Amino acid sequence: MKITLTINKHAQTVDVDPRVSLLDALRGELGLTGSKKGCDHGQCGACTVLVNGRRINSCLSLAVMHDGDEVTTVEGLANGELSPLQAAFVEHDGFQCGFCTPGQLCSATGMLGELEDGWPSHASDSLEGGYELTEEELSERMSGNLCRCSCYPGINAAIRQAAEKDGAA
Amino acid sequence: MSLDLKVDGQSEDRAEGYAQGILGTPMDRPDGEAKVTGAATYAADEVPEGCLVGMLVRAPGHGRIEVLNLDEVRNSDGVRAVIRDPRMIRNAAQGTANQAPVQGVDKADYIGQPVALVVAESFETARHAAHSLKLRTDGSPGIVNPEDAEPEGEPDTTTGDLDGAMSSAAHSVDVIYTTASSVSAAMEPHATLAWWDGDRLTVRSALQMLKYNRNELADSLEIDPENVRLLAPFVGGGFGSKLGISADAVAAAIAAKELGRPVQVVQHRRQVFETVTRRSETRQRIRLAADAEGRLSGIGHESLVSNLPGEGFAEPVAQATHFAYGGAHRVIGERLARLNRPAAGSVRAPGEAVGVTAFECAMDELASDVGIDPVELRLRNIPDKDPESGIPFSSHMLERSLREGAERFGWAARDVAPRARREGEWWIGTGMAAAFRVNLMMEAEARIALSPEGAVVETDMTDIGTGTYAILTQIAGEALGLPADRVEVRLGDTTFPPGSGSGGSFGAATTGNAVWLAAQEIRQAIAQRMNCDEADLTLKDGTAICGNESRPIAELLDGGSLNGHGHVTAGDAFSDVRQSTFGAHFAEVAVNDVTGEVRVRRMQGTFACGRILNEKTARSQCHGGMTWGIGMALTEGLTHDRRDGHIVNRDFAEYHMAVNADVPPLDVHLLEERDPWSGPLQAKGLGELGICGAGAAVLNAVHHACGVRVRDMPATPDRVLAGLE
Repeated sequence: MKITLTINKHAQTVDVDPRVSLLDALRGELGLTGSKKGCDHGQCGACTVLVNGRRINSCLSLAVMHDGDEVTTVEGLANGELSPLQAAFVEHDGFQCGFCTPGQLCSATGMLGELEDGWPSHASDSLEGGYELTEEELSERMSGNLCRCSCYPGINAAIRQAAEKDGAA
Repeated sequence: MSLDLKVDGQSEDRAEGYAQGILGTPMDRPDGEAKVTGAATYAADEVPEGCLVGMLVRAPGHGRIEVLNLDEVRNSDGVRAVIRDPRMIRNAAQGTANQAPVQGVDKADYIGQPVALVVAESFETARHAAHSLKLRTDGSPGIVNPEDAEPEGEPDTTTGDLDGAMSSAAHSVDVIYTTASSVSAAMEPHATLAWWDGDRLTVRSALQMLKYNRNELADSLEIDPENVRLLAPFVGGGFGSKLGISADAVAAAIAAKELGRPVQVVQHRRQVFETVTRRSETRQRIRLAADAEGRLSGIGHESLVSNLPGEGFAEPVAQATHFAYGGAHRVIGERLARLNRPAAGSVRAPGEAVGVTAFECAMDELASDVGIDPVELRLRNIPDKDPESGIPFSSHMLERSLREGAERFGWAARDVAPRARREGEWWIGTGMAAAFRVNLMMEAEARIALSPEGAVVETDMTDIGTGTYAILTQIAGEALGLPADRVEVRLGDTTFPPGSGSGGSFGAATTGNAVWLAAQEIRQAIAQRMNCDEADLTLKDGTAICGNESRPIAELLDGGSLNGHGHVTAGDAFSDVRQSTFGAHFAEVAVNDVTGEVRVRRMQGTFACGRILNEKTARSQCHGGMTWGIGMALTEGLTHDRRDGHIVNRDFAEYHMAVNADVPPLDVHLLEERDPWSGPLQAKGLGELGICGAGAAVLNAVHHACGVRVRDMPATPDRVLAGLE
């Protein structure tokens, strides 16, 4: 099936087998191997990308479901130079092996948007919005992205720094 | 030319006098940008034109495997082959095996064993075809539970009369701890891309130790290792699981040869759980005999672990018990049960991760029995020399670790009695443990080419997240007087000199010393061109200084380059003295009185590992180890079906590693130390120390909080709750 995706601001048309996941389309058909396949079951978050600004596990979604969608992958986060979030990950050593990192970065970007839009989490006291980026909110909201190197202290410090720079927290 | 060093004795600390000032600093990783932009290419990230996709097929039972619809699947659309080659391997090779692991896929020794490779034009077709293959097995599971096996093993190490010491002791502990079977679960699944150019094979794979892996792959394929080139510039975590070649590598190479096209085989996460070696479950009987003041007179540490028949690895549970504490009467022994469960092998800190953890829980029990502070109990039992061999320690940093860690944690403010602090439904408590991990050195080579642009370092060493790119940049830059941006480190290619590989915490110090030696050789050449003694040479920011003379290194090179080659091996320094790393863990937990849930509130880890080569990457490694300790103590464990041994929870939804929300603030304190016995860099390993005993601090805190001793790890809510009633 032919579909058109706007990937990292560029419209691209691909012809995919309907069984192909969005992750495999990105990695295979489009050569964007930054997004990683850690489990192919939505359990690790390494494949997290932004679709129309929201984070999703791209391994759990079929490419053909995204005709006309706008997709941002890790390759689209830098704009000539590293984004503040990417730079903060390097500064705070928010990774070791780096395999989960593309997913962490996309997830963090989406997460900060959700927070700003007043989406509650398991750590929220109410459903009314107006959430702050507390440690509890941050770590709860990022717990869908596993890091076996366990760089959570660095990941959280990096996200906090980028969010503060952005005025979001 | 080459500068060779066998580390037989103490080394001088040359780095201290060098001027560049980058060694040890918390420098950002030079590979950081590639990792945050998606540009870093892991094993499955480069796919050439015309590449075929292979899927491994798992055994559904034990015994002979019969494929009922082989021709049907083989001839289906898009499928190129169904391969069942006798050279295919049963499970991943053990670390440093250097030869093929057990081969053959006509029968299965455990459920989940690879028994075929389906190769197709696309991933979707390969996956579908692999699922379509109908298999019949004819065997019985045999023995799958440790208690049913007749265990094998070496005789115990016995000194004195432990039974006598136990019966005459003022205080004694005789307890059995168990730890669950567990996995490395590196985020990158095992994956291989293989292609042939005539008789020459090139393989991109997720591997930790390339010089051994090349021989393992060549031996499996029955070809000359000279014809095998391995590439692993980026590895998405290892933790032991990528020490040896895994099933994907051999299968991909066989398929690529047979089909004349490149073949990629990526293991599905569930296959990684089964075909890659796990950490054995352990059953540990620990006996401690002490006098009225808590001074140990006897130590017993006897363990039972398991592995598949034919595997030469047994989790060395009591590795650190031999030297951790004094006590004249000792029994240390290990038994191995041969089980038809997935193979066991090295997982981060084999031995100490589970052995120190259980032992440090037993020490906490002894402290309670004696009625003294658990920190004090450790302090009273620090030996002044190796208690069994009598050789001296190269350095002993336990006391300092305990004292400084306790200070930073605020241990002195602790309520002595358990069940003293309550906040609503939650019991609050604190616990501690000592950390021990043997310090190892292997053999490594590296080369450096110094040109006017800067230095290029090459070795087939890997960076599995440990920070190799960073520390080798710093080591070469420090010795050659170059800023980090004028040093390029190239890794993960067997055309480079063989490094140590990553494993056993020996990578940084071993390969680092090889790079150091290569740089020393270049320093000597520069000194010669400066007409001065190398000892009087200062190199900084690309300038060579000797006495009153100062010249740019580029000018000295005169348009050419200088080459250095370093080669290091472990010598008598690793047998004449006992080399170990030391540390202390402290934890505060909350235990829910209603549900039995345990939440870790904060942890402190103080570690001594010789010279710290990069303060930032070292800290991250310690975070990782401590977090693994939380997982081991509270959530992680493979469940094997008692009827057939298969892994019930073979994915991340069911195998619970600590996630972001499970990890509290972690305070890491790295002690400044130089160990002259560990080689010229005076650095020791630290990638594994952080896990050794971390879980014990958590479990001891659980006891302090609510009075419950959980001796079967992980301490899941049901186990805690059973004690709370």
